[in-house]
Amino acid sequence: MHGPEPAATVSAAATPPARLRLSAQLHGWLLLLPAAVLLVAFTHYPAVATIIDSFFSTPKGHRAAVFVGADNYQAMLGDPAFWRALGNNIVYAASVIPLTIALSLAMAIWVNGKIAGRPFLRLSFFTPTVLPMIAVANIWLFFYAPGYGLLDQMLGVFGIPAHNWLGGQSTALVCLIAVAVWKDAGFFMIFYLAALQQLSPQLAEAASIEGAGRWYFFRRVTFPLLMPTTLFVLINAIINSFRLIDHIVVMTQGGPDNTTALLLFYIYEVGFKFWDTAYAATLTVVLLALLAIVALGQFLILDRRIHYQ
Amino acid sequence: MSVLQTTNRGYAALETAGAWLLALLWILPLAYALWAAIHPSAYSAHFVLNAPLTSENFARAWNAAPFARYFLNTFLLVTMILGAQLVLCTLAAYAFARFTFTGRDLAFILVLLQLMIMPDVLIVENYRTMSAFGIVDTIPAIGLPYMASAFGIFLLRQTFKSVPRELDEAARVEGAGPLTVLLKVYVPLAKPVYIAYGLVSVSYHWNNFLWPLIVTNSVNTRPLTVGLQIFASTDQGIDWSVITAATLMTSAPLLVAFLLFQRQFVQSFMRAGIR
Amino acid sequence: MSAKSRWLVPIAGAALMALTSIATAKDITLSFYYPIAVGGPIPKIIDGYVADFEKENPGITIKAIYAGTYQDTLVKALTTFKSGEPPDIAVLLSTDMFTLIDEDAIAPFDDLLKTDADKAWLKSFYPAFMANSQTGNKTWGIPFQRSTIVMFWNKDAFKAAGLDPDKAPDTWDELVADGKKLVQRDGSGNVSQWAIEIPSSGFPYWLFQGLTTANNVQLMNAAGTQTAFDKPGVTGALQFWVDLNKKDAIHPPGVIEWGTTPKDFFERKTAMIWTTTGNLTNVRKNAPFPFGVAMLPAHQGRGSPTGGGNFYFFKKMSDDERAAAFKFVQWMTTPERAADWGIQTGYVATRPDAWDTDAMKKYVADFPAAAVARDQLKYAVAELSTHDNQRVTKALNDGIQAALTSTKTPEQAMKDSQAEAVRILRSYQ
Repeated sequence: MHGPEPAATVSAAATPPARLRLSAQLHGWLLLLPAAVLLVAFTHYPAVATIIDSFFSTPKGHRAAVFVGADNYQAMLGDPAFWRALGNNIVYAASVIPLTIALSLAMAIWVNGKIAGRPFLRLSFFTPTVLPMIAVANIWLFFYAPGYGLLDQMLGVFGIPAHNWLGGQSTALVCLIAVAVWKDAGFFMIFYLAALQQLSPQLAEAASIEGAGRWYFFRRVTFPLLMPTTLFVLINAIINSFRLIDHIVVMTQGGPDNTTALLLFYIYEVGFKFWDTAYAATLTVVLLALLAIVALGQFLILDRRIHYQ
Repeated sequence: MSVLQTTNRGYAALETAGAWLLALLWILPLAYALWAAIHPSAYSAHFVLNAPLTSENFARAWNAAPFARYFLNTFLLVTMILGAQLVLCTLAAYAFARFTFTGRDLAFILVLLQLMIMPDVLIVENYRTMSAFGIVDTIPAIGLPYMASAFGIFLLRQTFKSVPRELDEAARVEGAGPLTVLLKVYVPLAKPVYIAYGLVSVSYHWNNFLWPLIVTNSVNTRPLTVGLQIFASTDQGIDWSVITAATLMTSAPLLVAFLLFQRQFVQSFMRAGIR
Repeated sequence: MSAKSRWLVPIAGAALMALTSIATAKDITLSFYYPIAVGGPIPKIIDGYVADFEKENPGITIKAIYAGTYQDTLVKALTTFKSGEPPDIAVLLSTDMFTLIDEDAIAPFDDLLKTDADKAWLKSFYPAFMANSQTGNKTWGIPFQRSTIVMFWNKDAFKAAGLDPDKAPDTWDELVADGKKLVQRDGSGNVSQWAIEIPSSGFPYWLFQGLTTANNVQLMNAAGTQTAFDKPGVTGALQFWVDLNKKDAIHPPGVIEWGTTPKDFFERKTAMIWTTTGNLTNVRKNAPFPFGVAMLPAHQGRGSPTGGGNFYFFKKMSDDERAAAFKFVQWMTTPERAADWGIQTGYVATRPDAWDTDAMKKYVADFPAAAVARDQLKYAVAELSTHDNQRVTKALNDGIQAALTSTKTPEQAMKDSQAEAVRILRSYQ
């Protein structure tokens, strides 16, 4: 990120003259300006505005917003639906992320290897990525339909009784986790695939000459070399686990009794169904804080990675 | 055959079986969509091999909502966003990669913040901003929060940084200004990255739902995802035949594109060095 | 897109809008948001009505925009209202009345009722539908697409169970007794056909009112400021619903998805369903067996909540626009049009004289089931509607779902819902 600049190689002057430095400053900022304006307008400003709004009440009709200090936060701490949404999101993220990464890595290895029918495998794994979540969620609704749904039909062959998958508190979230994993694994597979194809084949040859087993080779050589990709994929997976709520909108609307409410879904409900914009801002602050913690973690890890490159 | 070879063959077979099983599982939703779309409603839950075929579902889907308009909106949206992203991110990445200016590092950290704090999370405030500018329910309003993409800036900066300085110097020696250097030296060398990034951006925005849902109100601006959801959610009940027909219709372009360009897709990711 | 051309788009757009608004200064253009809540070619029907209206009323243009479900349409209407560009007319849930009043978004109709004919017109709607349309002595909504809950039953399944296929259970006790005979199990003892499904996803409170009304309790007061979720009659109704599965084993466990309930009926997964009359045409088209339509079973009382949407006028219309909009609403709710709308969609025609039109008489003669909903109107009650309606109904919905999934007892669930509702409504007392 801000490692040492490559030493000036060919240029004769050791330091450019002041005039050039000024023009570099100007040029630099001018080039950055358009992107910076948009970023500030739609990321930084809203983030700050959200934090400020969380200390005011919601304007309603003729009543303007009033400063209420930490009232919204107190209300939030006492709101069982908030704790539900937060808990759900953490469980959801903790399940989706490892599963997706592991599966996508496996898929990449298979597609990269010598298995018959690789083009079909690759197509099949990647298809979920090009389908909009809002559309596939309806299809998954059929899969989970009790009785005549695909899942129950298949389980019925083994004599397992019909189950209300989306309508039961213990199973609903798991079902949504499955949908999310299905959606994203293929997308991450492509990144791993690209990385795998860049690994030198000599490494594999050397390993097999030495008699190293496949699992050993994977654990000690392949996986560490794929670390940068894994980190990249990890970031994306984390973001998606907070960002993607389309399937909730279609399949459960947060139910039953908030067991499938995720943070962003609850924010949407509060902000655009209840019109309680101040409380929605408060909830967003929590979400921002969570993401900021993750971002911090990413900085620290990425920094270390840059240094040993 | 030695024992080791047989065991290895065994493992290989198991692995192939596993991979195939997973692939079949993975393609199941699409396969089901195909089944339900070409058979009448009564067969959407019954997998009878000799069920009659019909194209009625597609006709019903097409007539039930102005999908032609939705296609146009989505196409405009995705093109607008990608175009803006390419320009803005190139300029910004160039600034970060090759220029020294005060506050550069701080600015870069602030840019990276957007990697985590995506516009999707700030829906309430961004909606307020859009209505303050009076551009709610316009296609640009959907695209504006995404046009300066931190991901794009990050990728391109990395790529530009790896361009050998000699090329830069050589062009300057020939009297090229900074923008010309950018266009003639850096951009061509970053082509694989542009392609890979473009593919990611298009598929992301083609399928984006929540923000377009909030920001659009009318048929003239709704993209496909929003149109699909409005169409699919009737209080009357779910008719999978029509929904899957609509789904296939709306996903067809991306699907076909991927089918045709699978290899290029993967290769561009490789060459982009997105590791 | 370069920086320069990016600004051209909004500038060009603004110029275009300015030009078009000058061009149509004489004409009145009204924007009209409406939801799609039942199947069928609704946009086509609406567009047809609009075209006919515009033909009879040159100088008024109606821009009909369909906006999704009732939820979506409310979100759209309020978001556009808050950003300063509200629709002029919208069809929204009758229960959204208090929310819209609180947001200061809608205007009452009373000042438009100038002539005696107008006043008679207003009185000509079924009182059951007006209950959710008036408050504080003012009329805020005009009934348009209204419904009640009805019970559909599978006549073949009844015959197979040894029951009279032409008679549906009429009381709670009969429901349980018949239900036990209707449940079918397969070889391994799993249920292959349930007796009854009452959906509980999305808006379980509505179906729940079908039970509380039969228990003779009201869920809220007319002013929309107080709720009564923890009254014994209410918890009793919830207990009955829970027991249908837990005790009597005639109803599937867990939360039942609204959208797949009709399909469950067609697939013979259940012999009876509760759903909106709006599904009449859907069931008629798709049920592969003879079926019947019945009023909801009675207990200590009888009845169903009304449902569906009203016309609302948003503020910020000029007097000319209001007059034009009023013409449109009156036109859309003439007996003939109300009858036509009811026939095409399955909604309950909103006024008695619509049922006396020839078209409707013929339809009912052809399809007697259509009259069941009308006959139930005598016993209909107002749908749950309070201030901050979405939040209060969510509190009740969560409680119902918690009870149905057995994470709380009905008493506890309703106690918690009531506490939450009290908290929400505190500022409206």
